[in-house]
Amino acid sequence: MAVHPPLADVEADKGRNVRLAEANSPSSKLLLLPESEPLRLACDQLLGPISIAYETYGELNAQKSNAILVCHALTGDQYVASQHPVTGKPGWWSTLVGPGKPIDTNRFFVICSNILGGCMGSTGPASIDPKTGKPYALNFPVITIGDMVNAQVRLIDHLGIDQLFCVVGGSMGGMQVLEWAASHPERVFSAVPIATAAWHSSQNIAFHEVGRQAVMADPDWCGGDYHAHGKVPRNGLSVARMAAHITYLSEEALHRKFGRNLQERSKVTFSFSADFQVESYLRHQGSTFVDRFDANSYLYITRAMDYFDLAAERGDVLANAFRGTKTRFCVVSFTSDWLYPTRESREIVHALNAVAANVSFVEIESNNGHDSFLLEEPEFFATVRGFLSAAGMKRGLKT
Amino acid sequence: MQKHLALDTHRVDHLLIAEMVEPGSRVLDVGCGDGALLHLLAETKSTDGRGVELSRERVNACVMRGLSVIQGDADRDLADYPDQAFDYAILSLTIQATRYPKTVLENLLRIGRHAIVSFPNFGHWRIRFDLMFTGRMPQTPNLPEPWYTSPDAHLCTIKDFANLVGLVDAEVENAVAFNTSGQRLPIRHSLSLQNLLGEKAVFLLRKRAER
Repeated sequence: MAVHPPLADVEADKGRNVRLAEANSPSSKLLLLPESEPLRLACDQLLGPISIAYETYGELNAQKSNAILVCHALTGDQYVASQHPVTGKPGWWSTLVGPGKPIDTNRFFVICSNILGGCMGSTGPASIDPKTGKPYALNFPVITIGDMVNAQVRLIDHLGIDQLFCVVGGSMGGMQVLEWAASHPERVFSAVPIATAAWHSSQNIAFHEVGRQAVMADPDWCGGDYHAHGKVPRNGLSVARMAAHITYLSEEALHRKFGRNLQERSKVTFSFSADFQVESYLRHQGSTFVDRFDANSYLYITRAMDYFDLAAERGDVLANAFRGTKTRFCVVSFTSDWLYPTRESREIVHALNAVAANVSFVEIESNNGHDSFLLEEPEFFATVRGFLSAAGMKRGLKT
Repeated sequence: MQKHLALDTHRVDHLLIAEMVEPGSRVLDVGCGDGALLHLLAETKSTDGRGVELSRERVNACVMRGLSVIQGDADRDLADYPDQAFDYAILSLTIQATRYPKTVLENLLRIGRHAIVSFPNFGHWRIRFDLMFTGRMPQTPNLPEPWYTSPDAHLCTIKDFANLVGLVDAEVENAVAFNTSGQRLPIRHSLSLQNLLGEKAVFLLRKRAER
């Protein structure tokens, strides 16, 4: 007698299988670094072989001087300006990157790679460990933002590019931008760190810890070994995403969007179902996130962000990170971003001033919170366009 | 063509400042506004320019046109810059709006090998005349705001400024006073006369050599 599993389980299995397939053989371009060329991680372990999944847009010019590396944020991926293979949604920055857009792919060669530790094809905890034939899960080493950047360096080497015209990214992407500029200054002509900080604040570490504990408290997490048990810690990861999502918005944005409006009902139900629109919205955000993201990846990447402190490795003086830099910087923050407030961008600017670096700093007025950097904010877009075109002239790029 | 247009619309003090700047030098413009001076210097003197501006809108306008400008405050943010990081630290029509003009001037002389300061001259005869005969704070095309909304908290005369230059151990390399029509009056001629006839002045300064 055939046993039919419930429909929801079939759907969940399908989602998990698509995700696992993308984690190990992505739809995008893929660079394989053999075991003989391992990456030495900050934790002093060697990691290899390594896959780096990436996308490119536009054409690299003959001088190889027009390459822009886009660094993605915590839950982003390499599909910056092309359709996501799991969700089918347009690229996460397709408003900013593309033909005629501020990061103009008619002019620039744009590279975006899935970070080390990610789950969209670059080596991470959901990848198969060649030694065991099973996903790494918690056997994956704890990585840092510096490790992610070192993996990107291998990709840029592979593409034969000596110096990137620009490295740009928001949030955790901005941390990678700062790490690039600090650790490989001669390879970065210009840098655009957006809505970011030179170290992760105590409050941000606290939010991440809530998210991780939510994942780990889910029995389906199975001590990290959920792949082997055919499970997904849906509830835990979903709660983690819901909590984090609140930090990406602002009180004003939430109020404007939802107020105290009820969800498809005229009065409260005296129950714990999603009476309020904001509850329903967050639940939806949580569940769609689980469909496209690996729970262990979430643990590892949030940890890497927590560990980020550009000054700590340099005598606790942030300016030391940029001494002698020739890179042109454009630092951008948003007024309503309380996760990476303007104050933290200003610290970066002060450090750059202290070494007389070439820096622009713009605070954009927006009430959309941290998420502003992913939205079409005209002033922000004009800033990026203006900065890149001026830097392009200095670099001798054709207009 | 564009260059010609730009020159036509440039402020007289900007043109005077541009004359004082050596080609190809590194310049910090404190209170750079919409970036007109930085743009002029880049065009006519191929300078490597940076700006600091208080107003967020103006900073954004500068960055959008490709200038390296940060949102900041002359009173608060100059301390971050290292010694002698620039050839010229410029403060154009801004010193009177700072809270601590002496500290700002000291910082300019520390950050730049030279400092260039332009300011409206409160010793100009029309201002003296207004104050004398109306008994009220003067409002002129240079100082259009009434006292209670004016950002100009620390107005001074050319003589006052020359005195401050001595107090901060600096020396005047060049100084030009000028009137509304942009006619310049070389200031060494007679300080008292320039103080009476100049509506604005531009001073090129440097730190006095150690004795």
